[in-house]
Amino acid sequence: MTSNTHADYRLSQLDQLEAESIHIFREVAAEFEKPVLMFSGGKDSIVMLRLAEKAFYPAKIPFPVLQVDTGLDFDEVLETRDNWVNRLGLRMIVASVEEAIEKGIVVDDGKTSRNRLQIGTLLNTIEEEGFTAAFGGGRRDEEKARAKERVYSHRDDFGQWDPKNQRPELWSLYNGRIHGGEHMRIFPLSNWTELDIWDYIHREEIEIPSIYFAHEREVVRRDGMLLSVSDAVVPKESEQTETLTVRFRTVGDKSQTGCVESTAKTTAEIIDEIAIAKVTERGATRGDDRFSEAAMEDRKKEGYF
Amino acid sequence: MDLLRFATAGSVDDGKSTLIGRLLLDSKAIFEDQLEAVESTSQSRGYDYTDLALLTDGLRSEREQGITIDVAYRYFATPKRKFIIADTPGHVQYTRNMVTGASTADLGLVLVDARQGLTEQSRRHAVLLSLLRVPHLVLAVNKMDLVDYDQATFDKIHEEFTSFATKLSIPDLEIIPISAKLGDNVVKRSENMPWYDGQSLMHHLENVHVASDRDLVDTRFPVQYVVRPKSDEFHDYRGYAGQVAGGVLKPGDEVVVLPSGLTSKIAGIDLFDHEITEAYPPMSVTVRLEDDVDVSRGDMIARVNNAPKPSQDIDAMICWMTNEPLRPRQKLAIKHTTRTGRAMVKDIQYRLDVNTLHRDQDTKELALNEIGRVQLRTTVPLLCDPYSKNRTTGSFILIDEATGVTVGAGMINSGS
Repeated sequence: MTSNTHADYRLSQLDQLEAESIHIFREVAAEFEKPVLMFSGGKDSIVMLRLAEKAFYPAKIPFPVLQVDTGLDFDEVLETRDNWVNRLGLRMIVASVEEAIEKGIVVDDGKTSRNRLQIGTLLNTIEEEGFTAAFGGGRRDEEKARAKERVYSHRDDFGQWDPKNQRPELWSLYNGRIHGGEHMRIFPLSNWTELDIWDYIHREEIEIPSIYFAHEREVVRRDGMLLSVSDAVVPKESEQTETLTVRFRTVGDKSQTGCVESTAKTTAEIIDEIAIAKVTERGATRGDDRFSEAAMEDRKKEGYF
Repeated sequence: MDLLRFATAGSVDDGKSTLIGRLLLDSKAIFEDQLEAVESTSQSRGYDYTDLALLTDGLRSEREQGITIDVAYRYFATPKRKFIIADTPGHVQYTRNMVTGASTADLGLVLVDARQGLTEQSRRHAVLLSLLRVPHLVLAVNKMDLVDYDQATFDKIHEEFTSFATKLSIPDLEIIPISAKLGDNVVKRSENMPWYDGQSLMHHLENVHVASDRDLVDTRFPVQYVVRPKSDEFHDYRGYAGQVAGGVLKPGDEVVVLPSGLTSKIAGIDLFDHEITEAYPPMSVTVRLEDDVDVSRGDMIARVNNAPKPSQDIDAMICWMTNEPLRPRQKLAIKHTTRTGRAMVKDIQYRLDVNTLHRDQDTKELALNEIGRVQLRTTVPLLCDPYSKNRTTGSFILIDEATGVTVGAGMINSGS
């Protein structure tokens, strides 16, 4: 256990970030009728869950978690997700993209990525369940469009974000007012960077999916990315598969998320690797951000995290 | 490693975005794919240099117009510190964005163009940072390369600004000659200005002492949330969760709960699953009391002989943030620490001209981006301190009850 008491009354950057995030969780739990935490089983959402655990301890986390099941999630991620949910005794709602397609809530035209289909599925579940606040693991350092996102990000009754009409956010005074049908996206990790997340996982010895660590995997090179061969990624005749030592920096759906060659087997080794990384985690491994410089902004306006 | 939050103010012309791009680039916070995107955009626009400003202009409309219209947050770290930059637009029509960025800053960075000297805009930025009680201010005199690194030019600006700053409340001021474009005095001391014997901007940012800026004397603990597990293991547990806003809390301290005035002693302070011996700002902790007193969200725990007086008549400086002006008799929702209530505008005493510090007493209203001294009457007593003493217990926001939008930011002078 780390000591958080210092003779000179200074807090380390991780302790300051932790205190800020815990404050946000408690504000939302106090002021919103029906919050939910978006839990993908990825590292950022796991850190969120850990912070929520701390915010309400020894009481249980007073809201459920919601996972959008793309049908293309990595097994290792689902396993870790279940471990966390069971350990904390949480209610988990699974919003299935497959089901949403069957019900005609979203349309799979064969060209749209699962990540984009998540938007409709997610918004539909928020509306059906009547959630008024949804915690997301987005960080401002991820992408330029996110740099201006508020901690409390207001969504209209179509679930859309209007970047030009955001509420001013001052001090740590968050404004949670919404009208019926609207909801608020809450980003408790706004001020964390990728390195902070890893430092925290390392310090707190947090369980994360095994695919974040180096392992051998059959991959295929496609559009400059290394994709894991699976039912979602079937090599074309012109493509050659290779077995490489890789790890994932983000864990989205299997058809879109690439891995990187790496030998980092521990959190400490990952931290060393990130400290000298030359490409952002999204730039390296997320096909869905690569189409245009404004790709993220477009998806955010539609209601993507 | 600790954390420094700083706000930058300035317009495109001052080279602010270039400076931030330079800090990110030189501290290696910029990745190859980000740099490549910026290089290709610069090329497609026909620039013969890489426009570092493109790194920080996030939203598409801003990239197209070439201006920064909202607060953007940027992150970088050196081996010594992690930095959070609140990058704000400089023009007067974005005063509210600057106020927003400055509200959480430990340090404010104002840029001037060495060729232009002090402008109305740079004075306004200093006024706003001082009003928001940002304890450290850096004036970066930029584009020194364009005045041949001339000492006399710098000295003139230095003298003019120092004399202006005496009218403001700026506890710590540093003035540094730089060239953001070429990197002089940004990370490394410049060889082009041997007459300057101060430190580089980065060196100052890494070393400026901010821990003592927080109030460690006057104990203030706004209760955010009551933790009651009601589980078998923690059947009788009742803890008051919150973020310390001032002072140092210790087990055994005699405390008073406001506004009820009931007293008790701190039985223990919990941080997750372990007890701690001290809690101080900005820690988020859970406090247990020895007695079973009634405490709920919105209450405040303070010391018996050092507690704020519950006040419903509030005298404050308000920055107005919406198109429809603020007028006397107007009713608004108010959020102060963890307390929410309603407020009525009793009087607008004056409008402050943030360029000249002139007080316009004939004003009848405050328009968008204007700042003025206002008297409010609140439905619930606020447990407040002057903003000059505590930026957490001295600040509030005003919310339009119909739209739910944050329309005003308040800094308390006094309450009664």
